[in-house]
Amino acid sequence: MTGTEPQPIRIVGMTGRSAGAVLVVLALAAALPLVLSKYQVGLATEILIFGVLAMSIDILAGFAGRTSLGHGAIFGVSGYVVVYASAQAGLSPASAFVLGMIAATAVAAVFALLAVRTSGVYFLLLTLALGMIVWGICLRWTQVTGGENGMRGDVRPAFLVEHRPFYWAVLVATALVSYAMWRFVRSPFGLTLLGIRDSESRMKSLGYNVPLHLFVGFTVSGFFAGIAGALYAMFNNFVSPSTVALAQSVEGVLMMIAGGVGTLFGGFVGAAAIITLENVVSAYTERWQTVLGVTFILIMICAPEGIIGTLRAIAARGEERYKGN
Amino acid sequence: MNRRQFLKNSTAAFAAAGTGVAPWRRAIAQAGPIRIGLLTPLTGVVASGGKEMVEGVQFYLDQVKNEIAGRKVELIIEDDASNPDTALQKARRLVEQGNCHMLIGDLLANTGLAVANYVKGTGTPYFIPIIAADDLTQRQRIKNVIRVAGYSASAFTHPFGDWALKQGYKKIATISQDYTFGHEQCGGLAQVFTEGGGEIVQQFWHPLNTADFSPYLGQLADLKVDAIFAMETGADATRLIQQYASFGLKGKIPLLGAMNATDQSVIRTLGEECDGIIAAAHFAEGSDNPVTQKFSKEYEAKYGKIPSLYGFSMYSGIMWIAEALEKMGGKVEDRDAFIDTVLKTELTGSPLGKTVKLDSYGNPIYDVQIRKVVKRADGKYWNVPIASYPGVSQFWKYDPETYMKQPPYSRTFQGIKKA
Amino acid sequence: MSTFQILNGLTFAALLFVVASGFTLIFGLLRIVNLAHGALYLLGGYVGFTVATRTGSFALGGLGAMAAIAAIGLVLDQGLLRFVRGNDLRQVLLTLGFAFVLNDLMLVIWGGDSFTVPIPQMLKGGMRVFGVFYPTYRLFVLVTGIVVFAGLWGLLNHTRLGALIRAGVDDAEMVEASGVNIRRVFLVTFLLGSALAGLGGLMGGAFLSLYPSADAEILVFSLAIVIIGGRGSLVGVGVGSLLVGLLNTLGQVMFPELAYFVIFGPMALLLAFRPLGLFGRAATT
Repeated sequence: MTGTEPQPIRIVGMTGRSAGAVLVVLALAAALPLVLSKYQVGLATEILIFGVLAMSIDILAGFAGRTSLGHGAIFGVSGYVVVYASAQAGLSPASAFVLGMIAATAVAAVFALLAVRTSGVYFLLLTLALGMIVWGICLRWTQVTGGENGMRGDVRPAFLVEHRPFYWAVLVATALVSYAMWRFVRSPFGLTLLGIRDSESRMKSLGYNVPLHLFVGFTVSGFFAGIAGALYAMFNNFVSPSTVALAQSVEGVLMMIAGGVGTLFGGFVGAAAIITLENVVSAYTERWQTVLGVTFILIMICAPEGIIGTLRAIAARGEERYKGN
Repeated sequence: MNRRQFLKNSTAAFAAAGTGVAPWRRAIAQAGPIRIGLLTPLTGVVASGGKEMVEGVQFYLDQVKNEIAGRKVELIIEDDASNPDTALQKARRLVEQGNCHMLIGDLLANTGLAVANYVKGTGTPYFIPIIAADDLTQRQRIKNVIRVAGYSASAFTHPFGDWALKQGYKKIATISQDYTFGHEQCGGLAQVFTEGGGEIVQQFWHPLNTADFSPYLGQLADLKVDAIFAMETGADATRLIQQYASFGLKGKIPLLGAMNATDQSVIRTLGEECDGIIAAAHFAEGSDNPVTQKFSKEYEAKYGKIPSLYGFSMYSGIMWIAEALEKMGGKVEDRDAFIDTVLKTELTGSPLGKTVKLDSYGNPIYDVQIRKVVKRADGKYWNVPIASYPGVSQFWKYDPETYMKQPPYSRTFQGIKKA
Repeated sequence: MSTFQILNGLTFAALLFVVASGFTLIFGLLRIVNLAHGALYLLGGYVGFTVATRTGSFALGGLGAMAAIAAIGLVLDQGLLRFVRGNDLRQVLLTLGFAFVLNDLMLVIWGGDSFTVPIPQMLKGGMRVFGVFYPTYRLFVLVTGIVVFAGLWGLLNHTRLGALIRAGVDDAEMVEASGVNIRRVFLVTFLLGSALAGLGGLMGGAFLSLYPSADAEILVFSLAIVIIGGRGSLVGVGVGSLLVGLLNTLGQVMFPELAYFVIFGPMALLLAFRPLGLFGRAATT
């Protein structure tokens, strides 16, 4: 690496070129409701929300090397608290939202306490078990959670009831949250997590408190999942045990993988891919589950780095060839 | 048949019907198809019921050659996956993308409640022949949610409690799936039974999809009761009935069931374990009423199985909508008029062989049959009526206003009269 | 707990053992968490049901189930898993995708109705045992569970294959280095594990019935058992099955509110503080 290259100008941590690209993407995203139908705007809103969920899972999976099958539960708990606070306790949407985030972070902290000493497949199974406990509580504690039937409520503030304003609000929230996650993984703390992913023993020998780092990383990841959960509760005005079920966690992991583990923003790509695919496939056949399963299998065998990961790999190879000339 | 095939077929029929008529006249006469969104669990826990719901609707549409009030019918089927989140998503798709004039279907109460909450906001007419959550036509009534050809959970167990008293039963125990539908059915029975002097000795609630009933059956066997009422649906019903027999309780303690427990969808894969179980329902596929017989025979000829509650209810539901639309010249776009007409329509062509009408809360009034599972000549089992209660309302003999002052049936409130 | 409830817990535990033993063989030796194991159970049940009803023989149903599921296991291992060897996470997720496909396929072939495997005449009815009237078939399940345990014990401790499997659980590389075709041992183990799932499906299908979500339910129980009992340990699976089976029955009777918590609470705590389970040993690689 030469030391004579001029340092690029950085705006909010990004180079001029990247910031420009981000602005273009944001502008395009903001323009969508002007050309899409109500239903399609709803889909786009879902893509944003699930993109955030996938990214939050990626913080742990891509950057700390631990894949969790319990984030659906964290996501859903936030939704339950938001709907309960709004429909049963009569709180304002803003207060409900904040409570949801706090609840999700708390649940993530509890999960983290129990899970930090495991890794790999055991981590997967433990988070799965913890998620199931949360699901069981939501299903059986009928007095509070409505049990099987779930809970309904009019959660959105009056100015966000229409689909377009709501989409824009979600877009703003998503942009802010994504930026926050991006800064987090690039911070010294985030780099430590990367180090833990690559070699835990080395980090330990360097004196890092690995369990503590993992604990904080998990809790932060849960915080972001909670934001996605609160937005989803507002989107649906409804929450039910299926929102905290294992299937939700699996879907989040799948979206993360489809986009690319460790790419962070791949979460949006993965969410967009899966949600669009589901909409297209369901119009023609009932066999969506088979399509989903086959997609999963193919991704695992042929493109485990996901869409963005594979694109990056192709670009890197292309660049190498170019440099070689 | 999936949506793509159905669209192809209906387009072909459309084209065929259109030949020979001047184009501009055709355009005025057609006024576009009536788009009906059918939500049904084609995958997930109650997948078998979901498939029969589709069959029930298609059976009717085939009979009327896919035309109602002079307009073609476009049926768009979506899978709610036995799951409220998916149901909500599909409802959105049907209304916002499919531009459906109405929604019909759903099986599980939680899917119905999720969709009902959504259509409350859009005003789309939503017909629920199968969803039985009491409150949708009682305390939490939504104007555009109508239970055509359906029933509220406690409506049949009220007279059943009365019948149990008449059999001389003094003590009953109940075992039920632990969710609203179960609470409401048991509550209906418990209230009437205890008000007539009977005693509910104990009630067992188990989670949906309980594989092993042995813990409960052991306790039930020890109680000294005259009968056991089992409120079960789907796979739970299959297992309870089998395990009841295998643990030797059959023949020792009479088994009374919710109508879902002895529905064709359950008993058609069972053997002698289901023989003799008694339930209360509006529909008994083995009834000797000529209209019912014709329906059962034609359905069986077409689909190779005796019709269940799901097929029957959806068939009646879509028939009801069709009769209403015929009365108003097919103008389904006029929502208020459409809903009002449906509420006032009396179903004349019902497979029950009797005209059915809705009460002032949008819930049908039926003759309730006490029916028994018996073996047919060809070895299959079906339900045959043994007693009848005419004109039963969802409020039984209670005054509606007073009845609605008591809380809805739940695990904690079963309407039990303290002795 | 009465004798009756204890018997209920034990018979359920026996069924769980048959299924979970297959799961732990694969997990223990091949380090694959086969999330399609539940789907294999259900498929085995459906196939066994079809064979048993067509041929009228329960035994043939059992053989049919085991053979069919071993074949599916072969397809899974040789056809799909071979592309992701060595990467734990990818393997797990691939088996999950496979489970989705199988589940949908079963829905297409057998539909959503519940089916019950017909039991042979001599196993019908009940008998008096320890003072209670108990279904004969359930006692048969209990006995089968014990026989399978004995069979596996014999296999693992008194045959060469068993010794190779046990050595492989501890250190697969070492076994390979000593000149053994570890791949073949892996394959045989995978087939055996799958066949056990299929057998479990047939047996369970006779008293718990077969229906679309049975696969997820049994998978969840198997996971709990293997985690509690420990990876790759036969005694561990036995103890785990007993615990889960009895806890489940106890929970249903005494704490119906807490259905899942009774099993997953202990499982989560165990994983947090003793990740290897009660009898598991860390692999040396």
